[in-house]
Amino acid sequence: MKYVDEFRDPETIEAAAREIRRLADPSRHYRIMEVCGGHTHAIYRFGLQDLLPENLELIHGPGCPVCVLPMGRIDDGLELARQPGMIFAAFGDMMRVPGTRGTPLEHQARGMDVRIVYSPADALEIARKNPDKHVLFFAIGFETTAPSTALTLKRARAENVPNFSVFCNHVTIIPAIRAILDSPDMRLDAFIGPGHVSTVIGCRPYEWIAENEGKPIAVSGFEPADILQSIVMLLGQLERGESKVENQYRRVVPREGNRAALQVMAEVFELRPYFEWRGLGFISQSALRIRGEYARWDAEKRFDVPGVRVTDPRAAQCGEVLKGVLRPAQCKLFGKECTPEQPVGALMVSAEGSCAAYYNYEHRKRAARNLVSLR
Amino acid sequence: MSGTAAETPPAVRFREARIEMAHGAGGKATRRLVEGLFVPLLSDASAPPLGDAASLELDGARLAVTTDGFVVTPLRFAGGSIGELAIHGTVNDLAVAGARPEVIVAGWVLEAGLETEVLEAEVRAMGRAARQAGVRVVGGDTKVVDHGKADRMYVTTTGIGRFLPGLETDPHSVRPGDRIILSGPIGDHGITILLARGELDLEADLRSDTRSVFPMVEALAQAAGPAVRWMRDPTRGGLATALNELARDCRQGIQLQEQEIPVRDAVRGSCELLGLDPLHIANEGQFVAVVAASGAAAALEAIRGVPGGEEARLIGEVCPEPAGSVLVTTPYGGSRIVDMLVGDPLPRIC
Repeated sequence: MKYVDEFRDPETIEAAAREIRRLADPSRHYRIMEVCGGHTHAIYRFGLQDLLPENLELIHGPGCPVCVLPMGRIDDGLELARQPGMIFAAFGDMMRVPGTRGTPLEHQARGMDVRIVYSPADALEIARKNPDKHVLFFAIGFETTAPSTALTLKRARAENVPNFSVFCNHVTIIPAIRAILDSPDMRLDAFIGPGHVSTVIGCRPYEWIAENEGKPIAVSGFEPADILQSIVMLLGQLERGESKVENQYRRVVPREGNRAALQVMAEVFELRPYFEWRGLGFISQSALRIRGEYARWDAEKRFDVPGVRVTDPRAAQCGEVLKGVLRPAQCKLFGKECTPEQPVGALMVSAEGSCAAYYNYEHRKRAARNLVSLR
Repeated sequence: MSGTAAETPPAVRFREARIEMAHGAGGKATRRLVEGLFVPLLSDASAPPLGDAASLELDGARLAVTTDGFVVTPLRFAGGSIGELAIHGTVNDLAVAGARPEVIVAGWVLEAGLETEVLEAEVRAMGRAARQAGVRVVGGDTKVVDHGKADRMYVTTTGIGRFLPGLETDPHSVRPGDRIILSGPIGDHGITILLARGELDLEADLRSDTRSVFPMVEALAQAAGPAVRWMRDPTRGGLATALNELARDCRQGIQLQEQEIPVRDAVRGSCELLGLDPLHIANEGQFVAVVAASGAAAALEAIRGVPGGEEARLIGEVCPEPAGSVLVTTPYGGSRIVDMLVGDPLPRIC
């Protein structure tokens, strides 16, 4: 398959893995955080940890949009959708995320009109086709998906679609990285930077990480060869004592980002003063809300949002896992009370959540590691 | 009935308050429902493990019996339609139980307002598929429900087959060292249906693989019958779910070589875009067999010799570890556990 197979070529990958083993200093321990959930998923799916030296640890970061969404926001969205005549539309990613009274799919089983959409524009189309219903689009995601929500809001306004609104939960990546770096129990050597987010924001917003915090960062693609090459770049910087932003994903990510996407986001959204992140708490200026000109299509202005706040079960250690202080299997609930089928914490919900990825792809393998003969 | 010791109330372990879509998706939730509710209430304790078809003896003849319901949307799609699926699904369940499909009875639930033309086309498709598969439709039932109470038409089929001589399959007979053979590329049916729903604005040159696998099973039985330990058609839940069920039942590990598993580019591409794993996507015209190592070469050759079986491959083997799980080795030596499907496969966007 074109544009994929080149980056999964066993020889390229083996060469990169050899280079990593050559560069890694056996006398030190490396902790590299991949910020993005897409990378976490790829690392497990392709079994990349098996190719890395023992003293190189990959820490799974906060870049999984459904994982960092507080349960109260899900409750709020589903509560709005419980009103008669409502259609709840969201990406497939959201469908198994539990609120206090169940997931969107469970609400569907009880009669709520829940639709899986592939883009916000599809939700607007559902509104056009169902003029007697109101479509609530539950928007999630980082800068990757925010531009398409912004474009959809512009279109809804231009066409004056009366029966459509957006419950906005878009968040921004940089404040989350800052929160993690500010956390006192955090010791990281370098970052694998998000790929898709960077197609929108470019590489410049990461420069402070390199310059002020002295941490190397490599913006990375999602194929096995991409991720390993990024690790080669980071080990090279560490060896040379450098810290800069490198762009491994040059075939997709322009250094300056996507100006048109940034422009439309700025037109439609503004920063919230603060927003709650699951596991990380309140982070100032870390999320987007819809500007006043679009109030008619802003579910938070159009409806009475209950403003539910739910604290995670105390035994769940999502925050520590999210910050990389604990590994998924070190959480007390992991694999017992909390599984992908019956998730307690959000990291178990999405395939990109570090706990779900670890559970699905890795932990039973580890249990059997000593006995498995890998050919 | 008087109360006896044998009549202690059956233990229903299924505790979920409502039935959800996931309970019909063929993965873990389906297994919980079947094992936690249907089996304790309907099955007698001496019944053998759950397979694709039940085995029963009538006046000395051993017969395989199976039933299946079909609720696909849309009714027609590239490469097939609900009518063909209704025949092939049941024929294949009999085939992988090691039986030659003989007769089918069918039930139709029709929504009032359904165009006769549509019904006729599907009944024709069933007749055609049945003739091709060498099975007779010997009875049926029709019910009509109010408009809006069903999605156009549902079909159930029940099939009876005669076990092929010299073929005894049982998950408990599976041993380390046995080979795993797959009859052809996976995911064609599931991705075709997903794209046919038209919600994705994706198009691909792809057709459902719906067909009878019996000719391939028959060739396999003739060439390597005594070496065949287990067979399954990986429908809902895909190859991963079928092999996880085997791993659980036989308490061995299943190790697959990812580069040996045939997947068409259109399926791979669609799965990449949607964040799905081809191993979890449904098939309607493939089967997977576990064969003793000594018979594997003959088995593979026999399947490849049947028209439509040319793409059959050896994809892995049974190992002591990881017991009860399926491990996939990537082409570059990494590996991952592949679990059963949890719920319906949902696309990942953000």
